[in-house]
Amino acid sequence: MSSPRIAVVSAGLGEPSSTKLLADRLRDATLSALTAHGQTAEAVDVVLRPLAQDIASHMLTHNPSEALAAAIAEVVDAEAIIAVTPTFNMSYSGLFKSFFDVIEEGQLASIPTALGATGGSARHSMVMDTAMRPMFAYLKAQVVPTGVFAASEDWGTASGLDRRIAREGQELADLMVALPRRRDADPFDVESEAFVSFEQMLGHA
Amino acid sequence: MSSMQFGIFSVSDITEDPTTGRTPTEHERIRAWVAMAKKAEEVGLDVFAAGEHHNPPFFSSSPTTILGYIAAQTERLILSTATTLITTNDPVKIAEDFAMLQHLADGRVDLTLGRGNTGPVYPWFGKDIRDGIELAIENYALLHKLWREPVVNWQGKHRTPLTGYTSTPAPLDGVAPFVWHGSIRSPQIAEQAAYYGDGFFHNNIFWNKEHTERMVRLYRNRFAHYGHGEPEQAIVGLGGQVFMKPTEREAKERFRPFFDVAPVYGHGPSLEEFTEATPLTVGTPEQVIERTLSFRDFAGDYQRQLFLIDHAGLPLEEVLEQIEILGTEVVPVLRQEFDRVRQPGVPDAPTHAARVAAAREAGTRLGEQGRAWQEQGARSDLDTGAAIAQQAEDAR
Repeated sequence: MSSPRIAVVSAGLGEPSSTKLLADRLRDATLSALTAHGQTAEAVDVVLRPLAQDIASHMLTHNPSEALAAAIAEVVDAEAIIAVTPTFNMSYSGLFKSFFDVIEEGQLASIPTALGATGGSARHSMVMDTAMRPMFAYLKAQVVPTGVFAASEDWGTASGLDRRIAREGQELADLMVALPRRRDADPFDVESEAFVSFEQMLGHA
Repeated sequence: MSSMQFGIFSVSDITEDPTTGRTPTEHERIRAWVAMAKKAEEVGLDVFAAGEHHNPPFFSSSPTTILGYIAAQTERLILSTATTLITTNDPVKIAEDFAMLQHLADGRVDLTLGRGNTGPVYPWFGKDIRDGIELAIENYALLHKLWREPVVNWQGKHRTPLTGYTSTPAPLDGVAPFVWHGSIRSPQIAEQAAYYGDGFFHNNIFWNKEHTERMVRLYRNRFAHYGHGEPEQAIVGLGGQVFMKPTEREAKERFRPFFDVAPVYGHGPSLEEFTEATPLTVGTPEQVIERTLSFRDFAGDYQRQLFLIDHAGLPLEEVLEQIEILGTEVVPVLRQEFDRVRQPGVPDAPTHAARVAAAREAGTRLGEQGRAWQEQGARSDLDTGAAIAQQAEDAR
């Protein structure tokens, strides 16, 4: 059996991107905490910038490009996600939101999740609690208590960023071990007990 | 009799021609449909299917009216729908309207049921969109009964109960119009089509072949599960979208301005990307033939192929030319090629005559139980609910 996968979603627009940097750091912290649990995992990067046009097209046509379909599959099939966005206008970026908007409803329910955001100054840090958490609550993801916000200045000062990243990685690893995600049955799988036969549907009707 | 039926279907949009800036009037578009249908018959196509909408920019709110008018001016064309809203229409009115149309068209009628995708239509007609699947199931169960039982006693959740109701006129020759269940993404509707042994129409024009394959496979397997035959004997219909000129370059040059700003997919992916991802084919008749033949690779041998050719503001003369090319250059080759590779045992596309013959053989025509029509109330052995309960009992 292959090791569980963690999808690391980052919506940074720059190259290099501090959003991607924060995502990488959260990934490393999670992987090392998992090692301490005696477990291994594989992390897969899902970088949204190259998918921006495909995401817009998908919204218009409901038809994902091959690259976008693969990215969505990485996320919905993962055992956990790390999701990091830059802060725009008091919220996650439109690209970040749009990516999660094109994922079908219910696909992320119960998935262990670590959130992160970046911004120009610490004054934007409320984005974690006013935007990120409500959205992932709606998606019914299990979100860890710590959410790291990294302001530009955090990268150059002893602001405790390392400590916060390590704590969030630890929390995600703990959650993956203690409360792994549950998966809904594939509605096309007639062998599954969750498959609703037409007799059952007529009974409801 | 033909093993496959080919035709055209339309959503009835009224859209500006982006190359001239001119928007046709409702009247012009309604008359254009009549011209398209007559042209379709003239060049040897089999089916004209009308969409149903209840909001601008669409005009087709009353499909049986226009199909009845077309029926009077054609002789062979099968009149169908794409789709008839089984959720917000009263199933009693569907039973009456389509039986009437069936009589007037001498049996050249079938219909495709769909749920509709415009949110406000549900509240406008007194329904709730969250009940969409439930309405599709309950309403069709009643429609199915109305076309098969002389006197119906019925009670459900979404409409007033019926006691001693007889739907008039009875279906022509005592055989209901053939029903296709249309679904783009709901496995429940594939399951419904399979349960009744009805047709399944998957309008794949915005979808990739992997998705279409999954929907059709579920329907075929469940068709067999419910005892209607082998999976290969299920009745499948597919959509398609084409634009043709003698060369691929000409076709793309002419179609691209319409594509780029089309409702639904305009301002999105490029023509080339959309062609790659969906059945859209813009090119020569040969390219359309090749693409359409490839549908069989993932859907199996199927019975009906409908093409969308009149949307996004394409002018009527251009649309008529597309129908002409379909009828003279594309469909004759498709018939021949599909027939050549068709597996034995695959049923022909449904027609009224064939269904009457089959029903006569099986003794299932309405009114064949003596004078049941006049004398009898609803019978438990004809009652769907009771029959299902009996099946469940037998299975135990």
